[in-house]
Amino acid sequence: MKKENLQVLSLVILTLCTFACSKDNNTANNTVSSDTSAQATAILQGPDAFADISDNKQRAKSLFLEMAKVIQHPRCVNCHAAGNRPLQGDQQQPHQPPVFRNNSGMGHPGMLCITCHSATNVQISSTHSIPGHTPWIMPPENQAWENVPISNICEQLKDPERNGNKSIEAVVHHFTEDGLVGWAWNPGAGRSPPPGNQAILGALAQAWMDAGAHCP
Amino acid sequence: MAVTLTINGESKTVNAEDDTPLLWVLRDELNLTGTKYGCGIAQCGACTVHVNNLPRRSCVTPIKSIEGMQITTIEGLDGPVAEAVQAAWQKIDVPQCGFCQTGQVMSAVGLLNSIRKPDDADIDNGMTGNICRCATYVRIRNAIHDAAGILEKQK
Repeated sequence: MKKENLQVLSLVILTLCTFACSKDNNTANNTVSSDTSAQATAILQGPDAFADISDNKQRAKSLFLEMAKVIQHPRCVNCHAAGNRPLQGDQQQPHQPPVFRNNSGMGHPGMLCITCHSATNVQISSTHSIPGHTPWIMPPENQAWENVPISNICEQLKDPERNGNKSIEAVVHHFTEDGLVGWAWNPGAGRSPPPGNQAILGALAQAWMDAGAHCP
Repeated sequence: MAVTLTINGESKTVNAEDDTPLLWVLRDELNLTGTKYGCGIAQCGACTVHVNNLPRRSCVTPIKSIEGMQITTIEGLDGPVAEAVQAAWQKIDVPQCGFCQTGQVMSAVGLLNSIRKPDDADIDNGMTGNICRCATYVRIRNAIHDAAGILEKQK
């Protein structure tokens, strides 16, 4: 059998296994899936769309809610996951094979993230790929965004004890410049990007900080 | 397109596209068939090799991405950890059909390189990506403990 055919066969078998193994989680995942569909069609508005809100506090809140379209997208939440195991795909299934954050955020010895994830996406078929970036890393558990209300995520981002001891400027820099954040708009076959692009997200984050970084 | 790789300490130049998976080159170009094709999508661990001494799934590793790095296959694995794992594998008679064992051994050596005396959780977490269709997991875990014991005696 040709290797391409073997790969397709493997994908079919693994897909069937994944559905079989995840049966108990279907209800919760369907909820996430609906939200994801809504986000996928959303448009990310730049800060100009909020310029007519004269009150700084209200404008900052509105700007952060716009950022939430990205922050709560699977491309971000899958690694900012609750618990010790990342999520995977637009359906936000538990990562297969099972891998764990470990203290480093880069997997367990013997099964590090880089055991499978290269510096760039690796396409397997027209609909499947192994995502890649250097570094490929999970944030600490206290930076989890999965199932966390957006107001709490905002407070978490401003809290040095829960944001990696970052200043608010450094948090904005993460949104604006971090290559792993930018990967979200180049996620490889089989994954949807969040709305907009990193430049718009960065501009929103900057405007949010300039307006006082108030939380919704 | 020519890509030069360092495999088991030797420089090898192959004519292949940059995005060719390392596994294809190992098996089809260099005849290093100890590394096995399992799933082709980094889900089973049969194709595990070491890149700069860390386990890597060769089926999803583009050759261009590891140019200049040290690649070790089961054929080139040596040293005290590898010898301890080999002795433990033989003593406990780990394999059944044997197809996955290359990957299991490469991951076990990778784990022991990082954690010299792993507990059960370390082994489970480090070996979780290596599937065995014969379910030799209990013997694998025992053999890793045994190899750790061999290494401890050598101190």
